[in-house]
Amino acid sequence: MKITDSVCRLDSQEKIAGQTKYIEDVSFEGMQYAKTLRSAIVCGEIAAIDYPDPPPGITVVDASDVLMANEVAMILNDMPIFADRKVTYFGEPIALIVGQDKDAVLDYLSAIRVHYLEKPAIVSIEAALKEAKTDPSAILSQHAYGRGSFEDLDWDMTFERAYETGYQEQLYMEKQGVVATYQEGVITVYGSLQCPYYVLNALKHATGLNETQLRVVQSPTGGAFGGKEEYPSLLACQVAMAAKKVGAPVQLVMDRREDMAFTTKRHPSKILLKSYVKDDHVVGVDCNIQLDAGSYIGLSDVVLQRAMLTLMGCYQIPVLRVAGQTLRTNNVFAGAFRGFGAPQSMFALELHMHQLATALNKDPVAFKRAHYVHQGERTSTGGIFNEPIYLEALTDQLMALSDYEVRRAQKGPNEGYGFAIIPHGGGFTGDGEATHIKATVKLRCDRAQEGYTVTILVSNVEMGQGALTALTKIVAATLEIPMERVFYQNPDTFVSPDSGPTVASRTTLVVGGLLHQGARHLKAYLDDGILPDPTLDPRLGVPLIELEHTDTRIWVTAHFKQPDYVKWCQETLQGNAYMAYSWSAVLARVTVDPVTYVANCTDIWSVYDVGVPIDEKLLLGQIHGGVVQGIGYALLEHMTSSNGKIDQTSFSSYPIPTTMDIPKMHSDWQINRYVDGPFGAKAAGELTLVAVAPAVAAAVQDALGIEVNTLPITPEKIGGALHALPTQR
Amino acid sequence: MHYQLNDKSYVVTEDADLTRRLLDVIRIDHGLTGTKEGCGEGECGACLVLIDGQIFNACLVPLGNALGCTVVTIEHFATTEAFRRISDALIRCGAVQCGYCTPGMVMAIASLLKSDPRPTDLAIKEALAGNLCRCTGYQTLFDAVKEVANSDSSL
Repeated sequence: MKITDSVCRLDSQEKIAGQTKYIEDVSFEGMQYAKTLRSAIVCGEIAAIDYPDPPPGITVVDASDVLMANEVAMILNDMPIFADRKVTYFGEPIALIVGQDKDAVLDYLSAIRVHYLEKPAIVSIEAALKEAKTDPSAILSQHAYGRGSFEDLDWDMTFERAYETGYQEQLYMEKQGVVATYQEGVITVYGSLQCPYYVLNALKHATGLNETQLRVVQSPTGGAFGGKEEYPSLLACQVAMAAKKVGAPVQLVMDRREDMAFTTKRHPSKILLKSYVKDDHVVGVDCNIQLDAGSYIGLSDVVLQRAMLTLMGCYQIPVLRVAGQTLRTNNVFAGAFRGFGAPQSMFALELHMHQLATALNKDPVAFKRAHYVHQGERTSTGGIFNEPIYLEALTDQLMALSDYEVRRAQKGPNEGYGFAIIPHGGGFTGDGEATHIKATVKLRCDRAQEGYTVTILVSNVEMGQGALTALTKIVAATLEIPMERVFYQNPDTFVSPDSGPTVASRTTLVVGGLLHQGARHLKAYLDDGILPDPTLDPRLGVPLIELEHTDTRIWVTAHFKQPDYVKWCQETLQGNAYMAYSWSAVLARVTVDPVTYVANCTDIWSVYDVGVPIDEKLLLGQIHGGVVQGIGYALLEHMTSSNGKIDQTSFSSYPIPTTMDIPKMHSDWQINRYVDGPFGAKAAGELTLVAVAPAVAAAVQDALGIEVNTLPITPEKIGGALHALPTQR
Repeated sequence: MHYQLNDKSYVVTEDADLTRRLLDVIRIDHGLTGTKEGCGEGECGACLVLIDGQIFNACLVPLGNALGCTVVTIEHFATTEAFRRISDALIRCGAVQCGYCTPGMVMAIASLLKSDPRPTDLAIKEALAGNLCRCTGYQTLFDAVKEVANSDSSL
């Protein structure tokens, strides 16, 4: 088995035949069903709740049933498991109604009367900023960094634009769902989730129980895209209390409308960019980012940091000021979604650079190219770009792949081309991998007559992205054995070590990297009896690699150590914001219907640097999926909130791309071996989505000569911009 | 009153609620969970089943409409040669990611190739337009359909 051999995914067969048991497909003996009693108002106090006498078999589970703390432990603990006395957003969970008969549960739910004292709600970023003047806590978090001095800056023009992006729903095909059981003193939560240990930590905090009394098992996960990063912690805490109270397994599976109306989405943003230009070159940028977090902070502050730290994209700008705030509103709780803040800030930056080039009468590709960063230069946060950077080569490859010059020369009316190029940092921001996550992986090697088998023990989940196959392949290729002899253990906190959450494009890069290290040491021991260096790592207090063995079994444990070149100060946001960057260059071709103003993206050409791809088929899967999700973000997926309530709560009102909406996709990549990645691999998962929307937006501008600075680019916005043009058209 | 599900016939009693969704009958009464509920509104195709050889979203079909009909779900279709060929092509082309839409997608592909063994690119897109997939971007699914269609024998 060589790493370059393309393989078939290991989990396809049973998925195709419908044999994979997602959480809604699993039944436990005596299982009861839960439905959520939700706030019917956006903001206010609960004056009273009239619960009719419950019929036999119906149980109400609410804040009074929480064993220890009515808080969902995320980064902070500001979100309650069940709303108690006050509600802060429409649909906030107040209680679970639990019973064996689904119809009886629904009948009882509809008979409950909640009396509210309604309060004025804050339902926009502007309103939150106004509120902040009298109540500073309306700004949930804020950061700033910069370099150089605007006062000393020599410039001959400035260029300023405001950008806005809306909600985007992850719309994993499998809805949110969890089951909890309570047996022999152990609460076990099974669920569709990305982060088993986030859930375990939330359960510990909420119950006061320990990791021997609490167990989290990931069930096959039908898509997540960030939507099952922090949100399942809330659901898990709810069903855990329910299972403990009723003494039976309890299943909570959302229906689609609940899922769309009440679970996390991509943050709406407002971004202001002001560029200072001297001799057709950007010498300074001042940027402010505002995110609508909803009523709890959740992961919003981390999303904001990635939005800010991904700036200045691929460009070397001498003088910078980047500021950002997360705002508290009474809108739906916003959270993780593929890209994690970067889709918003890169949309603004890339479209801004296109618009600036246009204003200067420059070709946007050449203009951007003139600002590219290079290896060894400073990052915007004062770190060093350590690894080789192939931005020129990526751009050349993209231009050749798309035949850009010829296409531009032959461009017809209502046809446009847009170029975007972006970085994406793999893994957690700054020193997060080392200080917060501290990933540990294990390999178990079972010796047998006919050779040995190896089992991978990690907490990183297969959710469609191909982790099971990629991690198996890394271990098999390192040991130089067939993949059939390597097994991936489904994450289960009773047996899997904490290798961190399945987020931030870190699974291949960080967890795959650790497995590669562990497998190398296992091979050295198996082949030559060489034991790993027993020296304790001064920071971790254990050796980086530990090996234990019996006659039949070998255990190898590998712990994460930050590469020495990563230096980071979280207080000042200075240093290397990421271990390693992946890069993506995208060209979009758009045609606009002159009658309906519908913009259609006909082609996406894209070129990537993800180091050495672990598997080309898996990479293509990420490329196609990311590009199409990016097309949805750019053109189709219009989700709005009116007075705190999401307007689009079904597949018919919120269109994601169907087979009829996708462009022709032409893609390629550069091989750029990353020294600290497994077999030279870097991150790939989120990268593929981020550059699509700015490329499409630039293409719309190129086609029509109008600026549409908000996402998604709907026919109404195009029509509005065309009608606002001063010239006759 | 009866209906045929996969290889067995089932009697529906006089007092049965004929407005129940066929999807619930399949998943709850028969425990056949390969048919998925993505949206419950006929938009996503995750619950596609064959009724007398035609594809239908089982979430939109009341049990009453299936009386006297033959319903085939993925569990039964998975025993056929046509399934094996579609499945092999999906695996080879890397067209399965999270897998939640896949059983429904298989039913749509089977239905297309049965009526149009050599579909054009547009015909493939149109035939799968009622099946939403959030992972793959559809391209590898098209490749898999073409792979089956371009082989020597029709399904």
